[in-house]
Amino acid sequence: MDFNDTPQEAAFRADVAGWLAQNQLTDADRAGRSPLEIAKLWQRRKYEAGWACIGWDTEYGGRGASPIERVIWDQEEGKYNVPSRFFVIGQGMIAPTLMVWAQPQHKENFLPKLASGEEIWCQLFSEPAGGSDLAALRTKAEKDGDDWVINGQKIWTSQAHYADYGIIVTRTDPTAAKHKGLTMFIVDMKAPGIDIKPIKQLTGESDFNEVYFTDVRIPDHYRLGDVGQGWTAALTTLMNERLAIGGGGPGADVKLALEIATLVEIDGKPGIEDSAVRARIADFHVLEAGLEYNGYRAITALSRGELPGPENSIGKLVGAPKLQAIASFCMDLLEESGIVWSDDSLLTSLAQRSYMGAPGLRIAGGTDEIMTNIIAERVLGLPQDPRLDKGIPFNEVPTGN
Amino acid sequence: MNFEFSEEQLMLREQARGFLNQECSPSVTRSVLDSDMHYDQSLWRKVAEMGWTATTIPEEYGGLGLGYYELAIIAEELGRAVAPIPFSSSVYLATEAIMAFGSSAQKNKWLPGLASGEVIGTLALSERSGRATAENLAVTCEDGLVTGTKTPVADGMIANIAVVACKASAGHVQLALVDLAQDSVDRTTVTTLDPSRGHASISLAKTSAEPLGEGEVSWSAFEALLDRAAVLMAWEQLGIADMALEQACDYAKQRFAFGRAIGSFQAIKHKLAGMYVKNSLARSNAYHGVWALASGSNSLQLAASTARVASTQASLFAAQENIQTHGGMGFTWEFDCQFYYRRAKVLSLALGSERHWQHRLVSALQHNHADAA
Repeated sequence: MDFNDTPQEAAFRADVAGWLAQNQLTDADRAGRSPLEIAKLWQRRKYEAGWACIGWDTEYGGRGASPIERVIWDQEEGKYNVPSRFFVIGQGMIAPTLMVWAQPQHKENFLPKLASGEEIWCQLFSEPAGGSDLAALRTKAEKDGDDWVINGQKIWTSQAHYADYGIIVTRTDPTAAKHKGLTMFIVDMKAPGIDIKPIKQLTGESDFNEVYFTDVRIPDHYRLGDVGQGWTAALTTLMNERLAIGGGGPGADVKLALEIATLVEIDGKPGIEDSAVRARIADFHVLEAGLEYNGYRAITALSRGELPGPENSIGKLVGAPKLQAIASFCMDLLEESGIVWSDDSLLTSLAQRSYMGAPGLRIAGGTDEIMTNIIAERVLGLPQDPRLDKGIPFNEVPTGN
Repeated sequence: MNFEFSEEQLMLREQARGFLNQECSPSVTRSVLDSDMHYDQSLWRKVAEMGWTATTIPEEYGGLGLGYYELAIIAEELGRAVAPIPFSSSVYLATEAIMAFGSSAQKNKWLPGLASGEVIGTLALSERSGRATAENLAVTCEDGLVTGTKTPVADGMIANIAVVACKASAGHVQLALVDLAQDSVDRTTVTTLDPSRGHASISLAKTSAEPLGEGEVSWSAFEALLDRAAVLMAWEQLGIADMALEQACDYAKQRFAFGRAIGSFQAIKHKLAGMYVKNSLARSNAYHGVWALASGSNSLQLAASTARVASTQASLFAAQENIQTHGGMGFTWEFDCQFYYRRAKVLSLALGSERHWQHRLVSALQHNHADAA
């Protein structure tokens, strides 16, 4: 066991740090550009220098880096304020799905453009009737000549309003059992018949959408896997989702709680001297450090050739509620002024933004409850709940509406 | 970076688990719990024969000269087995104290016996309700004579020697090495909630002792000793936590109610998943803790406190919810659930409470924060 870099790792880190220092985004780069344009500029710059998606094979635009080299890259890049959220879905979840399931010409075409940030992708899985019970989705795909014709509705689709392509799971056989009648496709988001309506979230922002499909045609060569194999293909995406989204990125953390607790007074003394405050911060640190070291254990396992397993569900399951709890705690420390939304104060607005965003993180990509079921059933081997829809044709499954 | 034990270390784990399955079945712990015995002497001898008591002692003093990774692995296995032996007192505390502070004469005199298991050592710190501090210690050591009462002292009825924490100048402690086979030593059994590990009240009346090392030790150096022990204790607690979870899972798979295995109800499966999550985070924090201990990292205080708080929380939760999962049977004397519940609480207070270690954790965070600023 060694937490430090090996000499090779240290040399790699020095290379990375050197390139980042030379090529970081400047104020001039940022001026007049939207967040998405800045993100694309940065991704392009990395791609041209061979630093994009470094874990991918070189033929797809990566450099075949090891899992530990990826961690080193992330640690070093994380020291700079660079945007990455636009590429998490495409690079972290969809690209691994294409690598397993797409035809060779599509891998050659799409993967380098995913790496370079030229094209944005979205993931069309959830539906009004298929959220936690994802396989209950109803969007139809029917064969017509060499095409498939899609009709139905997706929901909670992040980035659909500016995505170039998506992957979509459809029902191709309603007479088969729920998980058996599904098929996955690549879909061109600019195709005729696609109607995208942004959803306004409780934060007031609109990150995701409803997407309606009316007689949208998809060529058969865009199919990912065999007809009826859509659930297996979707699991590839979902397993990578658990790795990709983890704890949910920057937000209220132990460092912020410590800063606020040092600034505020409680009973005439610095808040950090209050024993109840200390106990809460210690508990948050146990979660935060535990997740960080869990990640290092997972990376060590990956670098030994083990596959990422269901135990990785723990990252989001712990990370999202932790974010919510720390954010709420930080606001409590500020007493009544904790409710004031002030963009002037980095401290308070970070806590408030995290507080408002955390409920979404606890639901997106598998709710806390679904993640807990996954751990119970697939890690601990506990029996599944009895399922009333098991083994019967999908079109005979009882529905509430 | 490599955040995993080596092949050899993982083999040691298999070997230790196999040995304890053979030699420390639940009936061994139960027989100590059901009797007036303070430990299982035969198990202690066998553990010593395996060389476990000698793990980190240098070869020149009769030890194996292995590292803390090996000791952490053994600690976890002893926790899983709820072993009724004075391992933590003798190895993590007395042996470590002598290695950290003892003169070379003291090391020569005591380490070979501690290594072979013929000598059992312990640390005598607590004197009354509340935490012992440099300011409130009352036991004195004057001219090589120790006077006062320490209670409760883990494994105090069977220990041959004790490292006794005595009053010293402000911010310091005098550690006195006391041979307990003296007429002026009066020991009585203290009944605790874990009779499978005996505790004593030890009264000393001008008992001759030798100061450990050069004289007084700063309280912060003493606390660093406790940090080291806390990492090893965290591994032992982790063993308890994992066994309690395994037992609860096994039971939830076989026990049927309402026509289903109770483990298929989300009320039970989510409880067990919650135990798994706490145990996993505690394990990862324990990895970092043992790395900090073995590598001599200057982040030991933070790493040790974090591992300690995580393992305390995980083991207490797992032990209590294991009983809950078993329902009424879990509350019976006949079932083994009680072992984990008792031992988890006793270990969570040895070396200081959860609240103390939370405080120490945040002190380390503040220190790092100030350094960064």
